Formats: sequence, C-alpha cells, structure tokens
Amino acid sequence: MKILRSALVPLIAVVLALLVGALLIQLSGSSPLKAYSALFEGSFVGWERFGTTLEKATPLIMGGLAVAFAFKAGLFNIGGQGQLLAGALIAGAVGYGFSGLPWIIHMPLALLLGAAAGAAWGAIPGVLKATRGAHEVITTIMLNFVAANMAEWLCTKVWRKPGDILVRTPHIEGSAEIPTFGNIPLGFFIAVIFAFGIWFLLQKTTFGFEVRSVGLNPNAASYAGISTKRIVILTMAISGFLAGVGGSIETLGVLGRYEPGFNAGLGFDGITIALLARTNPIAVIPSAVLIASMDASASLMQFKAGVAPEITDVIEALILLFVATPIIVRWFFKSRQGDEISFGANWGSS
Amino acid sequence: MNSLKAIFGTSVLERIIRLRWWILIFLAIIAFTIFAGDFRQDPTTAILAATLRHSTPLVLGALCGMLCERAGVVNIGIEGQMLMSAFVGFTVTSATSSLYLGVAAGLACGMLMGAALGGLSVSLQGDQIIAGVVLNIFALGLTSFLYTPGETIHSKTPRINFGPLADIPVIGKIFFSNQPITYVSLLLVGVIWYALFKTTWGLRTRAIGEHPSAAETVGVSVAKMRYLNLIIGGGIAGLAGAYLSLEAVGSFERGMTNGKGFVALAVMIFGRWNPIGAWGAALLFGYTNAIQTQFQFRGWLTGHPQLIGMIPFIVTIVVLAGFVGRARPPAALGQPYTRE
Repeated sequence: MKILRSALVPLIAVVLALLVGALLIQLSGSSPLKAYSALFEGSFVGWERFGTTLEKATPLIMGGLAVAFAFKAGLFNIGGQGQLLAGALIAGAVGYGFSGLPWIIHMPLALLLGAAAGAAWGAIPGVLKATRGAHEVITTIMLNFVAANMAEWLCTKVWRKPGDILVRTPHIEGSAEIPTFGNIPLGFFIAVIFAFGIWFLLQKTTFGFEVRSVGLNPNAASYAGISTKRIVILTMAISGFLAGVGGSIETLGVLGRYEPGFNAGLGFDGITIALLARTNPIAVIPSAVLIASMDASASLMQFKAGVAPEITDVIEALILLFVATPIIVRWFFKSRQGDEISFGANWGSS
Repeated sequence: MNSLKAIFGTSVLERIIRLRWWILIFLAIIAFTIFAGDFRQDPTTAILAATLRHSTPLVLGALCGMLCERAGVVNIGIEGQMLMSAFVGFTVTSATSSLYLGVAAGLACGMLMGAALGGLSVSLQGDQIIAGVVLNIFALGLTSFLYTPGETIHSKTPRINFGPLADIPVIGKIFFSNQPITYVSLLLVGVIWYALFKTTWGLRTRAIGEHPSAAETVGVSVAKMRYLNLIIGGGIAGLAGAYLSLEAVGSFERGMTNGKGFVALAVMIFGRWNPIGAWGAALLFGYTNAIQTQFQFRGWLTGHPQLIGMIPFIVTIVVLAGFVGRARPPAALGQPYTRE
C-alpha cells in the first residue's frame, strides 16, 4: 500500500504533464493523439525499438543512482558528467589496449577499471570537502570541465590510432564488448542490479544507515560516533563509481569506443532522473526508462505527427514540476503531508 | 611594529595581516602577468583588460544567485535564466535592430524567469533545486526550438568613450574603454554590497534567509521579499545573458551559456555570499581565462590546447581547497517557508 501511494504521485504528475503537453501540441496545430501514439510506438512497440529504449535508459539509471546516492548523504554531486566520462574513457582504453584475454576476464576488467576511474574522479571532491571544506558543488562542476579537457587530450595525444582523422580511441576488442541478447542489452540488467544493490546498501546495512544519518543531520551523526569525513569521502567515491559504470557500459555495450562529446549532457540528466525518483534507488529505474523512451521516440513523433521533438523536453520539465510541487499533488490527496524530501536543505552545508 | 601601528592604525594593520594570503596571490598574479606579457606594456594590459571582460557574466550571475540565496532561495536556474535572456535579447535586437531594446528585453526576460522561480518555489512551495532544474530544461528546450540559424545583428554594444581618461597608459585600456554592461556590472557590485549590508531592505533580505519566522514575527513578509529578490536577481542574470549575446559574441548559439551559470554559482560560494568577494572570485576566474589566450600567443604548450583549457578549473579548485576553506551559507537556505 505504501509503495502504491508513493508511486501514485509521480503517476499523476506524468498524466498531468501529458495533458498539458497535449494542449500545447493541439495549440501548435497537430494532433496530440497521433503524437502520443507515435511516442509510444517509437519506444515500446517492437523488440528493436524496445531494446533501444533500454539501451538509452542504462546510463540514465546509473547517472540517476549516482546523484540519488550522494543526496542520501546530503551531498549534491553535479559531477556525474565528469565521472561518467572518466569511466567511459578508461573502459575504452582498457577495451582496446588489452588483447588476448578471454571475454569472461576482459569485459569485467574493462567495466571495473572504468568504474574505478569514475570512483577516483568522484573521490576527489569528497576528499577536498572532508579535509579542506571545499564546497562539493564548486569542485564537481570544475572537475567536469577538467575531465572533458583531459579526455580530449588523452584521445588526441595518447590513445588515437595513427592515421585516424577523428579524435577518438580505437575500437575495443570483441572480448571486451557487453553483448545484447537479441535486441535486449545486457548492460540494462547490470544497471538494474546496481539499483537494487544500492537500495540494499542504503536500507539494510550499517554503512547505509550511517550515510542516511549524515544526510539527515551531520551534527547528530558525528555526536553518535559516525565519522562524517569518512562517510563524505566514501559516498562521493561510490557516487562516482556508479556514474563510472554508466559510462563504461555506454562504451563497452553501445558505442564500442570513447569519442569526445558523444555523451554530452548524460551526467546532467542524472540530476533530473534522481529528482524524478525522489532519490529512491528503485524508482530510478522507471524514471530513467520514461525519460529514455521520450528521447528514443522524439524523432518518430516528428516524422509521423509533425511535432517538434523539443516538446519532449517541455513534457519532461512539466513532469518534474508536478512531482516537485506538493501543493498540486495535495489537491488530489488532502491528507498527504510530511513525507516530502527537501533537496535544497543540504545545499550549503559543509 | 609599534611605529607602523601608529601610522596605519591597528585595524588597518590587522586587516592586512588577515588578508595576507589574498595580497600574496594578488602580487603573484601581477608578477606572472608581467612575465607572461613578455615584460612589455601592451600584452600585459591586454591580459588585464580581458580579465575584466571575462569576469562580467560570472559576477552578474553570482550577484543573481546571491540575492536569491541571501533571501533563502537556492537558484540553480541561473544557467537557464542567462540562456533565455541571451536568446530573447538577441532576437529582439535582430528584429528591431536596436541594442537598447535588446538589452531591455533580456533584462525583462530575466525578471520574468525570476518571477517564475518565485511562483514555483515560494507560492507553490515546490522544491527549489527542482524548480531551478526545471528552468534550465525549459530554457534549453525552448531556445533550441525557437532558434533560427542565420539571424544576425549589425553591431555589438559600443565601447563607451571616456576621452582623455582612456589614453592613460595601462589603466585607461583596462578601466576606461569597455562596453556598457561591463560598467553596469561594476556598479552593481557596489550597489548590491551597499544595499545588502547598509539598508533596511538588505537587513530584511538577510533576516528571511537566516530565520524567516523571526522576520515574519516583526512584520516582514517573507513571500513578498523573496519574490522581490528573485525578480531583481533574475533581471541581473538577464543582463548577464544580454552580455553574452549582445556584448561579447554578437550572435546567439544553442546552449551558448555553456555552464557559465553553474560557474557563477561557484563564484558566489567562493566569494562567501558577499558581492565584493564574488567580484574577486570572478576576477580570478576571468584572469585564468585571459591568461589562456596569452599562453597561445606566446606559444607555450603549443599543440596542447586541452591542457591550457584546464587551467581556470584547476586554479579554482586549488585556490578553493588551499586558501578559502569552509564558507557558511544563510541558515534557512533551501527550505520552503510556510507560515505557522
């Protein structure tokens, strides 16, 4: 019953957003029914399209988990982009640099080293915050830019195949690829497993309890004997690890190599997903699939109904808006109160 | 020591000792600038003048964030406010070929975006972070949707001519031959510092950011003040947007803010929610941008533009972690206020 109730709010938000979106489409002179059926068709009808949706959802799940996990400790990780990029780059390098390994070793190795790169990139802001009090919002933003430049430099100077005109790493070995079963990508299931793993970690372990305590009240937590510094560093490292896995799967399972600019904005979408899921790791999965489905079918909607693809951005923003404004939801549930999370409350705490 | 005290007075000396790190950084920067400028006057002046230009959108964005956060509202929608205003300003100028109308439209658009943030976070009591993200998504989607390539404007905002003042060596180039929004930004730093710390309005703003229910008890309307601050702040972010499209570049491109709104947030926190501090932080960041050009000019690190591109961000992290340390935000930041 509790699950049903907490799922109702986002569902109502989605319905409201689609209604407003329909109004906009109608006003722009197209048929909302046609547009929405194209949206649905383009993302869920047929194995191939369904597979593409899941493929697009995978990095969104991991990026969303990264942001959501950091939120639990009261940390705002805007650095998902840089951490994802670090993972994608290192996975690409390991994927082509090591050869002759069997799949059972090579693929996990590339995935793990990519994730480790993300973890390291995420740990830097954690260490700077814990030891020097540097605000993680600043350092993660700055590190995004550093990661983008660093990756481009490595691709240009170190890992580019001689003779390749494009700035990118060579294609990874077959033994490093994450396969797809028919059209269903294995990477998606890896992401789902991580989502359940993070839920377990947060709800069922001592460490998870410590993370949540620090997020709810750092002073009380340290009074109770929890080392907030340790939690801050570990949380940021795990958050970076999750984003790094997302980047690695993108390289090993979808693109086959690292190419600067291919994943622009994926890390920032993580913020949207985490907010939509209200930082619940399990809810991250449907949130990511929803956003991915709109991304995947926007062009079909343009083709079939003549609606500009940017309308999906508007619908996305509307969904977030309705999820975020408790007053609108309270029109539906008079009694519902007190279980809203405030993301902003930890914004400035150091 | 005592004779020094006698000359400067105790407080001045103490202040110098307290700010010793900043003074050292400042001197190091000047020394490095002269070195990078090859010990010649023109390149050195050019670096310092570019510093001021690069810092303008950042200090404006930071002032916007500061007005909102001092009143207790997190604004991570600065990026969206800037982008939307850059677009609106450019479109209006392109249609009417009047730069004044363009800047005014950018300003108005920023204020409207500020009011929208107020509607979401004050009236509807939504989550402020989400409200900001919503603004960013809307701005990016809408400007890409409405953008038509090929539109142009004839000129950028003109330099203001200060006559003989502009001919003073070094100083004249840096301070007396800039474009209007740059001067407005300098003016705003002073005005907002004065307004925040020396006026009733400033006291009320800070009060509702620290302890809204106490302020409400003595008759300050939290909602009204928050709206006011968000709208003024939005207007300032609008100016930053107009700066980008009408003063710096002279055209509009998709996503042209390119993270400047987020960097402005960093500048605000860096400056400890204080206009003067934010100005210093913006100058430091602008300087690292300006020095990049000089690096390329001198042929240092040729062939490694990406490494040069990292400089501003690494310098910011090092300075932040090494010298600034912890900063304390307004106490009630991020919490929607409900009357009891």
